[in-house]
Amino acid sequence: MPDTVLFYVFSAVAVGASLLVIGQRNPMYSIMLLIASFGALSALYIQLDAPFVAMAQIIVYAGAIMVLFLFVVMLLNAPHEDAAQWDRAHPLRHPGVTRFGALLATLLTVQLVWALLRMSDAGAAVGARGDVSELTSVRSLGRVLFTDYMFAFEATSVLILVAMVGAVVLAARQEQR
Amino acid sequence: MEQATLRFVIQLGIIGLTFFMLINASALLVLAERKIMGFMQQRYGPYLVGPHGLLQPLADILKLLFKEELRPKGADKWLFTLAPIVSVTAAFAAFAAVPWGAETTFFGLLDTPVKLGVADVNVAVLVVFAITSMGVYGIVLAGWSSNSKYSLLGGLRSSAQMISYELAYATALASVIMLAGSLSLRSVVDAQAGYWFGFIPRWYLFLQPIGFIIYVIAGVAETNRAPFDFPEAEQELVAGYNTEYSSVRFALFPQAEYINMTTMSAVATDLYLGGWHGPLLERWGLGWVWFLMKVGLILFAYIWVRWTVPRYRYDQLMQFGWKWLFPASVLNLIATAGFILYFDA
Repeated sequence: MPDTVLFYVFSAVAVGASLLVIGQRNPMYSIMLLIASFGALSALYIQLDAPFVAMAQIIVYAGAIMVLFLFVVMLLNAPHEDAAQWDRAHPLRHPGVTRFGALLATLLTVQLVWALLRMSDAGAAVGARGDVSELTSVRSLGRVLFTDYMFAFEATSVLILVAMVGAVVLAARQEQR
Repeated sequence: MEQATLRFVIQLGIIGLTFFMLINASALLVLAERKIMGFMQQRYGPYLVGPHGLLQPLADILKLLFKEELRPKGADKWLFTLAPIVSVTAAFAAFAAVPWGAETTFFGLLDTPVKLGVADVNVAVLVVFAITSMGVYGIVLAGWSSNSKYSLLGGLRSSAQMISYELAYATALASVIMLAGSLSLRSVVDAQAGYWFGFIPRWYLFLQPIGFIIYVIAGVAETNRAPFDFPEAEQELVAGYNTEYSSVRFALFPQAEYINMTTMSAVATDLYLGGWHGPLLERWGLGWVWFLMKVGLILFAYIWVRWTVPRYRYDQLMQFGWKWLFPASVLNLIATAGFILYFDA
């Protein structure tokens, strides 16, 4: 029973905070709300008996990536996001980019609803597996990453390396000028 | 009393005691810092309040409580209030996963032993790391919301510094975790029980000397202590991120800093110095005294360094972090992995 209550509390925080992230005009507030949302998500992971994933979520997203976000926002020091000039216009008169975005959002919603409807009977199978102790879960996670998902894992790391090299090249070019 | 009730009461007592000790640690450290600084500068330090100035922290707290609370006109109301709260909450919460004593039955009072420490989490190392890394938001938000150039610069420096040193810090942690084969601080400590050749304690300090040095240096940078206290840097930034703060809101920042120092030292003790393991005292169920002494030793070193080493330049800090400390910690990690593979095979 308390588990269920906690689940709904954390889910409400996650969803509510995420919604508010989009609603804010101040990017600083958006970042703080996003961190709150990440925190709630990691609480949900803990409820799923995945403490390692929960902590990784906090360390990587809330602890590192959001600090970088904050850093950039502070450097730009843009306290308010300006309202677009077409904000008051009829939805159909908005520029193509926003209309395309709206289309994508609608598609995503449809997809989500479809997935959730399918999930309802798949959930039972996951729950039946039972919990695994912490170390075995970290160990098995590592093993799976370096065997079954080896290619995806290495490809991701190369991708990140490419992004890093790209950033360095861009920064160095600006310095030469 | 029934066992279950007794157990509950004792567990609550342990949690309360830990909280109380942490609050007092910050007060005591302020006094210790001023006394040691006085000693190093050949003067007395606080002397007038209480015997040998022992009640000075109390006087400081009273003074801070009764000061007027100011908020700059251009400051962001919500974030300005939130910042010190975030700082101090993260500092307190991080200690929750740190064990500080062996299992005990309180001289046969309980049937099954209870563990000394707030919570025994099986990913304790990660919990401590995750929560301490949240502390940076307090400083960054304080810097941004004050709407002052000095504060903003302090906050910016803090975020860059934390990001740079967290990597080396985490990599040093990973080496110890590999040696112990567990993410739980309690099992890391228990893996260090006993002696080599009958007299050298099996502390990871002796297996990981480089890791320990990296951990301590990165720890100083993480807690924003001198010689890495750039977010404050009095000479350049007035007081850095907390320039605009006054009264209790101000008091929370140093408190968070001192509690973070304590947590850092406690984790170092658990990871490298064998926690509560030590000769004699452990046999009488007083292992936690060893723990306190080791933590005190590291804290003394913290203060010692602050008053003897001048502050670096900011670019030197970044250079040192990325070009020396991080590669060193990665090499240390690889060497440790090789060592384990060689001896296990």
